[in-house]
Amino acid sequence: MKLVDAAIERRAGEAILSLHDVSVGYGERIVQKHLSFDVRRGSIFALMGGSGAGKSTLLRSMIGLEEPLSGNMTFAGVDYWAAGDRERARIGRRFGVLFQSAALWSSLTVGENVALPLQMFTRLNEETIQWFVALKLALVGMEEAVDLLPAQLSGGMAKRAGLARAIALDPDVLFFDEPSSGLDPVTARRLDALIVDLRDALETTVVMVSHDLSSLIAIADDGVFLDGEARTAIAHGSPAALRDRAKDPRVREFMRGEAAGNSLANREDRQWQTLGSLR
Amino acid sequence: MAAWEFRRRGEAGVIAVLGDWLVKAGGAGIPRISRLSGPAGLRRLAFDVSGLGRWDMTLVAFLWDVKQLAAASDIIVDDSELPPTAQKLLGLLPARPKERPVVRRRRVPPLAWISGRAASFLSDLGGSAMLAIAMVGGTLKLLAGRAHVRGADFIRDLNDAGPRAIAIVGVVNLLVGAIIAFIGAAQLRQFSAQAYVPNLVGVTCVRELASVITGIVMAGRTGGAYAARLATMRGSDEIAALSSLGIPVDQYLVLPSVVSLCTTMPVLYLVGSFMAIAGGLAVATLSLDFTGAGYLYETFQAVPLGDFVIGAVKSLAFAALIGITSCRIGLNAARSAQAVGNAATSAVVLNIVGIIALDAMFAVVLARLGI
Repeated sequence: MKLVDAAIERRAGEAILSLHDVSVGYGERIVQKHLSFDVRRGSIFALMGGSGAGKSTLLRSMIGLEEPLSGNMTFAGVDYWAAGDRERARIGRRFGVLFQSAALWSSLTVGENVALPLQMFTRLNEETIQWFVALKLALVGMEEAVDLLPAQLSGGMAKRAGLARAIALDPDVLFFDEPSSGLDPVTARRLDALIVDLRDALETTVVMVSHDLSSLIAIADDGVFLDGEARTAIAHGSPAALRDRAKDPRVREFMRGEAAGNSLANREDRQWQTLGSLR
Repeated sequence: MAAWEFRRRGEAGVIAVLGDWLVKAGGAGIPRISRLSGPAGLRRLAFDVSGLGRWDMTLVAFLWDVKQLAAASDIIVDDSELPPTAQKLLGLLPARPKERPVVRRRRVPPLAWISGRAASFLSDLGGSAMLAIAMVGGTLKLLAGRAHVRGADFIRDLNDAGPRAIAIVGVVNLLVGAIIAFIGAAQLRQFSAQAYVPNLVGVTCVRELASVITGIVMAGRTGGAYAARLATMRGSDEIAALSSLGIPVDQYLVLPSVVSLCTTMPVLYLVGSFMAIAGGLAVATLSLDFTGAGYLYETFQAVPLGDFVIGAVKSLAFAALIGITSCRIGLNAARSAQAVGNAATSAVVLNIVGIIALDAMFAVVLARLGI
């Protein structure tokens, strides 16, 4: 069911993305190190952790934007950072990405935003492309917005339109950076339901960065918890399991949304207290 | 090859999908359905997938068309025979698409277009005038030490509009001076009047060209940057954030830019003038029979000190024009990537046109005054 290169055989449960001893960061500054985990095909995999833990940096590396400092990242067995630029671009087309700000191209209408990847990477004629654009927009409940410009959309609509663009090429893996940020809880839950529906219907794998706890617990079935201080993963498992059974009490507290004395979420508050006492 | 068949059994119909339904077949190879044949009396519609090969989103698109056609004639669709994934996708797709809002592309009659452009030009002019008044007020406040300006911003703008611009302004003016000397020498030679090359270079550059050339270079280099910076800040709500805190945008963002341009441009003009004279001197000593000292003596005999003052005043006016026009355009930009590009372009174009128009006005007024 893929528009581009339907070559990969799919078996549910096997690892589609694998990280082995990966470090990410900028130049000398290592943000996260020694990361090793598998994303199983068909799962909704969460990258969890407090603000500034390096979740988005890791995500940008996984989607092929920033080269990791060291380690291997494989997609369906291919180490795509060791591969050439062309191979990595080809694999990149198997990924769909919904950026935090939706990142719709502001000079194109919603329909044109969804059509662009199809025009670039398929040989479909314009009529068929419009047919597919209507289909993708209908899948996210946005078929009436095809002629609108991104500036005319609300936050929730922009996310849906960005999602329609992300699924334009029927990707194998969908990446979400903070899908529910800036949305009201009801709209956020609807987007969660849509993510699950699309995962089931399109048979994709989802990797999401989020610190919306209710959304993580509701939809993610696997994940990794990144700690900003230890600069590595300190827990693996589904958000619900981490909330109930994580060995590290800081992880349990974070996943419960508690602001106890030494919790991870509270670290910035403590810095504020120090500032306050200095004043 | 993808195909479909419709079979009818009384009130029930069956659509059989056959073959491989793959997007690789291309647009023309994907069968579409435009109507359900003989829907009269048809109550139920089922699918037969026994002949279906491999399939992708094209099959789903076809099934969606069927679902919409069936819904339009109140036919019940039984999708239980479809592959489970196709059922799920079909379930997400609406049977009756929502109405698209009509996006009207309004046609504007020519007269209305012209009057609209004129009105927007006048309002732009008014906006610039308001900003200019605000700048005068802001400068007074700055001198009194009561303006909302951060010293660091001011120094950054000053550095950007001054030291970092000297090289390009110097090189361009040097070349202009050399070109005038070269062409002037060729013409003056016909009258054996090469001795007047220093006068020609000195007067044209000091009085006219050095200020105009410096203005044009700065319009392209700094004016475009100001417009793009403010347009980007507007797009990312940074300007809204300043306004919401009650920080006056014209003082905080525009004043440092305009004041630093007004400070540096007269200096840049002087540098430009001397570089132009140096360019003329280089050509004159290399290809004519001038000594360096003789050339300079002739130049300062020909160019009155007042011409330097006129040039400096003009470049001050150009600086105010560039700063105010560019910032006004940036602040009024729309909120998109294209708008940032448009703002930079129109700032540069308007500044260059404005500089030349302003220079012409100076020429007329100075001639009337007999200076």
